[in-house]
Amino acid sequence: MEEIKQMTLAGALEGLRAKRFSSVELTRALLDVMVASQKDIHAFVTIDAEGALAQAAEADRRRAAGEEAPLLGAPVAMKDNMGVAGQPCTASSRILEGYVSPYDATVAAKLRAAGAVFLGRTNMDEFALGSTTQTSGFGPTENPVARGCIPGGSSGGSAAAVGGGLALAALGTDTGGSIRQPASHCGIVGVKPTYGLVSRYGIVACASSLDQVGPMTKTVEDAALLMDVISGHDPMDATSLDRPPTRLARQWEAPLAAQPLAGMTLGLPKEYFGDGLDPEVRALTEAAAKRAEALGATLREVSLPHAGYGIPTYYICMTAELSANLARFDGVRYGARVPAEDVLGQYLETRARGLGAEAKRRILLGTFVLSSGYYDAYYNRAQKVRTLIRRDFEAAYGACDLLLAPVTPEPAWPLGVYQDDPIRNYLSDVLTVGANLAGCCALSIPAGATAAGKPVGVQLLGPSLGEDALFRAARALELR
Amino acid sequence: MAGFDIDRVALLARLRLTEEERARFGGQLETIVAYVDRIAGLELGGLDATLHGHDAGAPLRADAPVPGLPLEAVLANAPARIEDEIRMPRVVE
Repeated sequence: MEEIKQMTLAGALEGLRAKRFSSVELTRALLDVMVASQKDIHAFVTIDAEGALAQAAEADRRRAAGEEAPLLGAPVAMKDNMGVAGQPCTASSRILEGYVSPYDATVAAKLRAAGAVFLGRTNMDEFALGSTTQTSGFGPTENPVARGCIPGGSSGGSAAAVGGGLALAALGTDTGGSIRQPASHCGIVGVKPTYGLVSRYGIVACASSLDQVGPMTKTVEDAALLMDVISGHDPMDATSLDRPPTRLARQWEAPLAAQPLAGMTLGLPKEYFGDGLDPEVRALTEAAAKRAEALGATLREVSLPHAGYGIPTYYICMTAELSANLARFDGVRYGARVPAEDVLGQYLETRARGLGAEAKRRILLGTFVLSSGYYDAYYNRAQKVRTLIRRDFEAAYGACDLLLAPVTPEPAWPLGVYQDDPIRNYLSDVLTVGANLAGCCALSIPAGATAAGKPVGVQLLGPSLGEDALFRAARALELR
Repeated sequence: MAGFDIDRVALLARLRLTEEERARFGGQLETIVAYVDRIAGLELGGLDATLHGHDAGAPLRADAPVPGLPLEAVLANAPARIEDEIRMPRVVE
């Protein structure tokens, strides 16, 4: 087997097509490194070796019979909040321990139809509530590159799996930065697609007006390959846009031009380069901007005047929706149940026992902002501020094609730090929540590392359905 | 900002809190609510609310019957069942 930890999705597909190795051989090699890494990294909450090898054998049979499919025989990892029929799905919460998905999420069905093999389920912050993967009910994940540090979150298991070479590619979800922030901390590519471009049917809902599913990969090309499979209209998701799947990977049919960003204007939002930005993160982001300029882009300072209201707005809208979405975990139809004398007692005890501290904290905040007497002051106002934030982005995209910005204010911090300081944790999302509130597309690509060797990403943001330009710029700018 | 009545909110949220959680979350949520209260000073007259990430609406599917999930796969996740039904504590005396 070729160097499995460095192998890309595109490289694996090429090897499978050329019959240099089989899907069973590839899957077995990945399972070996996954299992060996669990004690140190703990990127997975479930490893489905038996299921993955059976799917790989089926993919090999199909290929031998002359069939072809975009991802035939390629193993992928799924965040633990996505239903894959027959696999456990817990969203890293004890309250869903023992739950087995009775059906495929639409993204899983699309990957399955494209021939992908499901390796296992990656660890995450419980119900995607966090930026560190430390709120998982099954223990934290460690950053495989910046050892001893958080991998970011909430899709920290997916980021660690890909960044540590334990998976070729994975899916994550991004409600306020949960794909881009861990991608940045683990040195990989992470994409938050335009809201509505990828179906959420079969995903454990966090905050429904903000959640998006996206790829987490070693290269921009790999992200494009996955986007082309998972995107497109789904009648099972009422918020799904009436759009065909993307065709982003075809960009790679032609070599990169000498000045690939000629004619493109990149906006640098001045509010994202404020005083709180770590000096090394600032330097690496500015270096990425300089590279873009050298590749033909025009740089321009732009303003997002309401960026400072992003975190308050996000944590009102997000927790309000979350508190409603998590009301379903009551011990009635699925998951854990703590028996009690009456129904109210069962609800109270089941949720007390099954939910972790961050889930409880955010449910309480969301319930408060929706409660009688406070609804107008918080929830209603926040939705109007969201309009201002969205208008800021629309105005910025009137002056440039894409935005270039840092992903996180600082590099990955040590495990265990800030764990009981919610505001400190919430502020780590300050540069990513804007894209979710505005519904636009964004991604993180590796921008280098700090002197201590911690990976740092740079963020590109585009208008709604601006994925073509976003991927074009990301392809040109990615460090390989 | 009015005081954060943790007992009222916890009951609305159907969460039983331990004394330790009550004290810890109560203090933290006071701080968080004070922080998100930053939006209180903004002039928002005449602005519409943004409820979703796009303006395309949320069209419904055709009202046509389609196969449901397999009953056994669904009931296999039920914490307690009696034959083909989910078992619950008594709600009517």
